[in-house]
Amino acid sequence: MWLPSYATPTERFFRTLVVFFSFAVLVFLIAPLFVIVPLSFSADPFFTFPVPKYSLRWYYDFFSNERWITGIINSTITAVLTTILATTLGTMAALGLASPHFPWRRAVMAILISPMIIPIVIVAVGSYLFYGPIGLTNTRLGLVLAHTALATPFVVITVTATLSTYDTNLSRAALSLGAPPLNTFLVVTLPNIITGIISGAIFAFATSFDEVVVALFLTGAEQRTLPVQMFSGIRDQINPTIMAAATILLALSIGLFVALTLLTRKKTD
Amino acid sequence: MHDVARQERSAIRKAVKQAERPSQRRAFLLAVPLLAFLILAFVMPIALLLFTSVTNPETKSVIPNTVALLQSWDGKAAPGEEIYAALADELRTAQANRTAAMLGKRLNYELPGMRSRVVATARAVTTDPHAPYREKFIGLDPAWGDPALWQVIKRNGSSLTPYYLMTAVDLEKTPDGAIQKVKGDQAIFIGILGRTLFIAALVTLATLLLGYPVAYVLTIAPAAVASIMMLMVLLPLWTSLLVRTTAWVVLLQSDGIINDILMGLGLIAHKAQLIFTRLGTVIAMTHIQLPFTILPIYSVMRSIPPTHLRAARSLGASPFSAFWRVYAPQTLPGVVAGSLITFILSLGYYITPALVGGPGDQMVSNFISFFINRDLNWGLASALGVVLLTVTLSIYFLFLRLVGADKLKLG
Repeated sequence: MWLPSYATPTERFFRTLVVFFSFAVLVFLIAPLFVIVPLSFSADPFFTFPVPKYSLRWYYDFFSNERWITGIINSTITAVLTTILATTLGTMAALGLASPHFPWRRAVMAILISPMIIPIVIVAVGSYLFYGPIGLTNTRLGLVLAHTALATPFVVITVTATLSTYDTNLSRAALSLGAPPLNTFLVVTLPNIITGIISGAIFAFATSFDEVVVALFLTGAEQRTLPVQMFSGIRDQINPTIMAAATILLALSIGLFVALTLLTRKKTD
Repeated sequence: MHDVARQERSAIRKAVKQAERPSQRRAFLLAVPLLAFLILAFVMPIALLLFTSVTNPETKSVIPNTVALLQSWDGKAAPGEEIYAALADELRTAQANRTAAMLGKRLNYELPGMRSRVVATARAVTTDPHAPYREKFIGLDPAWGDPALWQVIKRNGSSLTPYYLMTAVDLEKTPDGAIQKVKGDQAIFIGILGRTLFIAALVTLATLLLGYPVAYVLTIAPAAVASIMMLMVLLPLWTSLLVRTTAWVVLLQSDGIINDILMGLGLIAHKAQLIFTRLGTVIAMTHIQLPFTILPIYSVMRSIPPTHLRAARSLGASPFSAFWRVYAPQTLPGVVAGSLITFILSLGYYITPALVGGPGDQMVSNFISFFINRDLNWGLASALGVVLLTVTLSIYFLFLRLVGADKLKLG
């Protein structure tokens, strides 16, 4: 299997070695994600394997603690607002960039992508210094603005990728048949690129929901997000309630990932 | 004849350009909201950070007259009574406005001991406001008679300073204005930058060694296996960075699973220290960065026709030389793209070193955060930010030249 018919025995040996090595690397990639799951269901406060007895006590802790609940609510509101803003701005920009007549495309693209590249601490400190005097630190608005800047590259990239497979003749046909530009977009273009936009929105949501560093600098106790709560928890003393929080975040990531996979599969069919 | 044709051609080209202009404008207008938003919410904060690294408001705002008088001072011997009197006057105001400590803190960066000296002197001239001040100052602290101290005050009279940026690269100004390297245990920042580059290089190399074979096997595996393998690469990418770091904090504990396994296999006799070490940090960062390296390599490998290898073999190349001389060079663009992305992202790590690393594994980002939150030295934090930003952007430009921004893909 996986080998050309003319392979020599040495080649077979090396090929098998490479395949086994790759599987080991994949285990290294996946296994650490799932060690937290059994620990979060353990009845013991220690991180021992195998888990002696299972219980839901850490989940009970999590959902009866006001701080964690506030964190979840704050993260959700921030992520939803960020998603709406980032998806709107990013989709518009991607539509413009898709035009063959877009001026200085390379330079504009380099700027639009840069929030993915700039070290997160620099974004956090810059926002902290800039938003402070204008009263946006310790507000949800400030956090949403900073998160939107971080999330837009993902929307631009996914929507641009979808638009590259979109046949612009469809829009031109609609326009030549007398449809107004807005109708052309809503009725002809949008249904064709909606999967790309939704993928971008999922990316934007995940970016904001998982973000720690900017949130650490920009939020006070009232806007504390779930990841910030987790980060300070690990710093003080790591405890199993954090495992429960991490498992919930992991479940959310898997959920979003499955949604995205189903979405993109539909597109290629 | 030719000239006429050329003229016509250029006229046509001009007309085409003109005809394109409305659609050009329309396309650009669509990108304007995002560009404007990014300038406001992203570029301006970073510009302010750059500015904070050179701004120097403390001295000029607290003792403006003193620094103005010092402009005509020759800088050789201690200044005359009038300058002492001006300083005494302004320190009294500072004492009343509670700004003396701010001035002292700023001067203390460049001359240790200035904080307590300024605060004590401000208190003394408030309780005893009588001339002559020169003797009184020197009587309080002989350092007030040292021209070097006055040099520092004079130098800080301007509203911009190279001090923070120079400190961030371990340089300092001598009293006579020459630039020299900081000596001794104060010279830490080049070391921190070097450590950051070293860790990022180590992580890049590790992801390359682990990721290259995986990318290759992804191209030769049957479709069903390959798609499962792909899920295993993409799922970690989707999981929150904090969750992955948490997992490593648990795994690397002294009583953690890795130690249990190593002891169980008889590979080590005693529990190894893994958490809060360089090794632990590099392992966790490698785990997090691995998908970023694999994906670009895979996308390049997928486009290499398998017939190339077959042709090389049928022409008599050994398996090794067919791989090394025909296949590997073609994968180079992917290797470059993957390594640059991982290197750039590794430079900016903050969460993972903070939670998994020890004191000796903290990277530039961690020190920026430290100087903002603990030391409240915003200037130095910003200057370190400038250094980190410069290094990151130079590699980003290299990436743009070699690979291009539109090649960035997400899975």
